[in-house]
Amino acid sequence: MSTLARKKGVGAVIWDYLTTVDHKKIAILYLIAGGIFFLLGGLEAMIIRIQLAVPNNDFISAGFYNEVLTMHGTTMIFLAAMPLVFAMMNAVVPIQIGARDVAFPFLNSLGFWLFFFGGVFLNLSWFLGGAPDAGWTSYASLSLASPTHGIDFYVLGLQISGLGTLIGGINFLVTIINMRAPGMTYMRMPMFTWATFVTSALILFAFPPLTVGLIFMMMDRLFGGNFFDPALGGNTIIWEHLFWIFGHPEVYILVLPAFGIFSEIFATFSRKRLFGYSSMVFATVLIGFLGFMVWAHHMFTVGMGPIANAIFAVATMAIAVPTGIKIFNWLFTMWGGSIRFTTPMMYAVAFIPSFVIGGVTGVMNATAAADYQYHDSYFVVAHFHYVIVGGVVFALLAGAHYWWPKMFGKMLDEKLGKVTFWLFFIGFHLTFFIQHFLGLMGMPRRVFTFLPGQGFETGNMISTIGAFFMAAGTIVLLANVVITTVKGKRVGNDPWEDGRTLEWAVSSPAPEYNFAQTPLVRGLDAYWIEKMEGKKGLTPAEPLGDIHMPNPSILPFVISLGLFVAAFGFLFHQDHAWGTPVGIVGLLITLGAMFFRSIIDDHGFHIHKEEIMEAEKKGAGA
Amino acid sequence: MKKWLRNWRLVSLVSAMALLLAGCGKPFLSTLQPAGEVADMQYKLMLLSTAIMVIVIAVVTIIFLYVVTRFRRRKGEENKIPKQVEGSHTLEIIWTVIPIILLIILAVPTVLYTFKLADVKPMNKKERDVVVVNVRANLYWWEFEYPDYGIITSQDLVVPTGERVYFNLKASDVKHSFWIPAVGGKMDTNTDNTNQFFLTFDDKRAEEAGRLFYGKCAELCGPSHALMDFKVKALPRAEFDQWVEKMKNAKPVASTDPVVKQGEEIFNKSCIGCHAVTPVDGRPEQARLAPNLAGFADRSRIAGILEHNEENLKAWLKDPEKIKPGNKMTGTYPALSDEELEALTKYLMTLSVQ
Repeated sequence: MSTLARKKGVGAVIWDYLTTVDHKKIAILYLIAGGIFFLLGGLEAMIIRIQLAVPNNDFISAGFYNEVLTMHGTTMIFLAAMPLVFAMMNAVVPIQIGARDVAFPFLNSLGFWLFFFGGVFLNLSWFLGGAPDAGWTSYASLSLASPTHGIDFYVLGLQISGLGTLIGGINFLVTIINMRAPGMTYMRMPMFTWATFVTSALILFAFPPLTVGLIFMMMDRLFGGNFFDPALGGNTIIWEHLFWIFGHPEVYILVLPAFGIFSEIFATFSRKRLFGYSSMVFATVLIGFLGFMVWAHHMFTVGMGPIANAIFAVATMAIAVPTGIKIFNWLFTMWGGSIRFTTPMMYAVAFIPSFVIGGVTGVMNATAAADYQYHDSYFVVAHFHYVIVGGVVFALLAGAHYWWPKMFGKMLDEKLGKVTFWLFFIGFHLTFFIQHFLGLMGMPRRVFTFLPGQGFETGNMISTIGAFFMAAGTIVLLANVVITTVKGKRVGNDPWEDGRTLEWAVSSPAPEYNFAQTPLVRGLDAYWIEKMEGKKGLTPAEPLGDIHMPNPSILPFVISLGLFVAAFGFLFHQDHAWGTPVGIVGLLITLGAMFFRSIIDDHGFHIHKEEIMEAEKKGAGA
Repeated sequence: MKKWLRNWRLVSLVSAMALLLAGCGKPFLSTLQPAGEVADMQYKLMLLSTAIMVIVIAVVTIIFLYVVTRFRRRKGEENKIPKQVEGSHTLEIIWTVIPIILLIILAVPTVLYTFKLADVKPMNKKERDVVVVNVRANLYWWEFEYPDYGIITSQDLVVPTGERVYFNLKASDVKHSFWIPAVGGKMDTNTDNTNQFFLTFDDKRAEEAGRLFYGKCAELCGPSHALMDFKVKALPRAEFDQWVEKMKNAKPVASTDPVVKQGEEIFNKSCIGCHAVTPVDGRPEQARLAPNLAGFADRSRIAGILEHNEENLKAWLKDPEKIKPGNKMTGTYPALSDEELEALTKYLMTLSVQ
C-alpha cells in the first residue's frame, strides 16, 4: 500500500506528518518548528535591542527583560539552531550516504516530537506565571532564588527536548556507521556527513552532563533536594561545571554541521573538489575532541586558581589550529575554481571573514589573564554572536537556500535571496561589531539598561539599528518562502548544475525510498564522478526489486505528549492537589505507548518493483 | 617577556592600536584606559593578542579578496571544469605550523600573567602589612569591611593608591562578580567560598580619572543587576590613613535641629534593624542585612546610581522599588509622609565622618 502520488486532503496531510517516520518529512517538521522558534527568538532579540537603544529606557521592566534575555538565548540555542541543524541532517545525510532512511526511523520521529513538546512546554511559561529569568546558563544560586515557575519550565522543557536531541544524535551515529551504500568508505563520505557524524558523537557525550545537571536542579527546585545549597553541603559551582561540560561542546555541536554545510557549498559553487579533504576530516575530529577539554574557559573568573586557568587557556588556544586549517582549506578550494555567486555561496563567502573575527576574539578570550576583563562583558556577547550568527546562522541560511530545491522541489528566488543576504550581513556586522568595544569600555552583559554618561550611548544605538536590518532581512526571507511555495517552478535532480554528492542524483524532492537501486559509490563526490564520465545516473549496486519500508506510527507523538503532560503535573505538584495525579497519568501515557510499541508486531510494507519503475519514469520526466 | 617587543611589526602595530583604542570610553570606567598594575598587564595582553589577530585577519583577507575576485566565473566560462586539486602537504604544514608559533607567542605571557595575578601570598601571611578589604556582595549593594582596622563601609570603596590592595570576595545571597574595569579584571563573588585577588590603583592616573572609579556587578543576579554599581575613591596613602582614623573614631553627633532629631527617631524606629550608622559594627555579617550608613553624607551616589542629593534620597526612600526593582528594602518599613521623608533625609545627610 504505497502512498506515492496520491492527492490528499488537509486532515490527511496533517495525520501524515504526525505519524511520519520518513527522514525527509521529519526534516520538514524540524525546519518548520525550528523556523518558528527562530522567529520567536528573533522577536525577543528585537525587544532586547529596543530596550537598550537609549540609556535609562523603560520600554520593558527589569524583571521582564531578564525573562526575554533568558528565553532569547535558550530558544535560539536549543529550539532554533539545534532543530534547524537536525533539519539539514535529516534532509541530506541519508541521501548523501546512499541510504533509504536513517537506521531507526521510529526513533527519528520520537526525537522530533520530544524536542517539539519540550520547546512548546518551555514557551508556555510565558502564559503560566512567567518565563525563566536566570539567563540561558541558569547559574544555580540565582536560579534557585527565582520565585516564579520559570526555572521549572526551563528544567523540565530542556530535559524533554534534550532527550529528543540525544536520541537524534545516536540515530545519526548508527545511520552513518551502518547504512552507507557499497563503496561509501569513511574517507569518501561528503564533508557534511562527516560533520554530522562527529557532531552526533559530541551529542552523545555532551548531553548526559546537562541531563545530570537538570536532574539536580529539578530535585532542588521541585522535590526538596539540596545539590546546590552551600548551607546544606551543596555547591553551586558544580552546576557551572556540568553546564559548561555540556555547553562548550554544544558550540561545536552547532558549528561543525555549519562547517560541513559550507564545505559542500564551497566545493559545489567553485566547481572543485574540497581542498585538503583528509585534513578537513582530521580537523573536524580534532575540534570535536578538543571541544571537550576546554569547558572551564567559561569559568576563568570563578576562582579556580592559576593552574586550572592556565591549562584551560592553552587548551582553548589549541582549537584555533584545526579551525585555521579549515579556513585555509576553504580559501584554497575556491583558489583556481570557477566561482558562481549564488545565494548559498554569498553566505559561504561572507562566512569566512565573519567567522575569522569570531575565531580570533575566541583566542583573545582564551588568554585567561586578559579574559578577567572580557568575561561577562559585551565583548563576550559580540564574540559568541560572531561565532553563532556569523557561523551557524549563516550556514543554516545558506543550507536552507542550497537544499531547498531538494527538500521542496522548488528553488527559492535568487534575487530575494540576495536581498536577504545583504540586509542580514550588513545588519549583523552593524549590530555586533561595535559590541566588542562596548565591552572593553566597561559595559557588563545581561544589563536591562545602562546609565547615561558612561560612553555607551552611541554604540548601543548603532547596535539597535543593525538589529533592524537583520529583522528586515528575515522578513524578506519569509516573503521569499511564501512566494516560492505559491509560484515557484518545479526543478530537476540537479538544479544548481554543479552538484557533486549523491543527493543531487535523485529527483527533487527525493522519492519516499530515496534510491530505486542502492548506488555503488566509486569515490569522493560520487555523483560528480559519474557526471564527468558522461553518465546521467548513478551506477547501481543491486538489481531493481521491491523496497521494504517502515510503517508510519502515531506512537512517537503519544510518547512525547505523555512526557509533556507529566511535566505539567510535576511542575505544579507543590501548588495544586491535581499536580501529582496529572504527572502520573502523563507517565502512564508514555509508558503505555512504549508498551504498545514493544508488543505490536510491525513488519512495515513493501513498495513493489512496478510502482518504483512507474515513479522513476515520472520523476525523470519532471 | 621582552622578546616579543623586539619584533618591529608587533611594536608598530601595538602602538598604532594603543593610539586608536585610547579614544575609547571614559577614564574612570574603560579597560582601554588602564589605571593600575593589573589593568596594565591585561591591557598589554589585549594589545599583543589583538596585534597577532590583526596579522591573521590581514593574511586571510588578502587571500580571500584575491580568490573571490580572480576566480569568479566569467562570461564564456560556463562549461569550464577547473582542475580538481586534492590538496597540498606543503601548504597544510605551513598553515598548521605558523598558527602554532603565533599561539606560543601568546601563550607564554598568558600563563605568566595568570600566575602573577593570582599571587595573594602577602594577604595570607600571619603578620601582614598590606591593606585587605573583605567584599561582600548582596542583592544590589556592596559591603566593604576593613578587617585590620575594624571598620565597615558600603557602596563607596575607599583605597590607597600606589600599592597592592588585596580583596576577599564573597556573596551573601546569589552569585555576583566584582569588577572595576579601569583598574583590573573581575572576580566572582561566590556563595560557596571566598575568592582572593589584588588590584593596584595608580595615583597619577587616579587623579586623571577624578579619583573616582566606577565599579560594576558583572554576573546576572536579578532584576537590578544592571544597577548594582559601586564607586571607588582612590586616595593617596596619607589621605587614606586619615580617612581610616576618622572612620575608627566616628561618633554619632547629637544634633540640635528638631527636624534632624525627628529624622533620627524615625530611623531608630524603622531602619536601624538593618542599617548601622557607625563604621564599627561588631555584629556578624548575617545580621548586617543592609548597607552600613556611616559616612553616608560623604558618598558619591544615592543607592549606588543616582546623583547624591536630597531630592534623589527622598525619591529612593519613598519608593525604592521604582529605582531598583527587586531590592530587599521595599516593603520593610511603613509608608512615610512627606514630612517624615524630609526629616529622615535631613538626618541621613548629617551622617558624615569628614
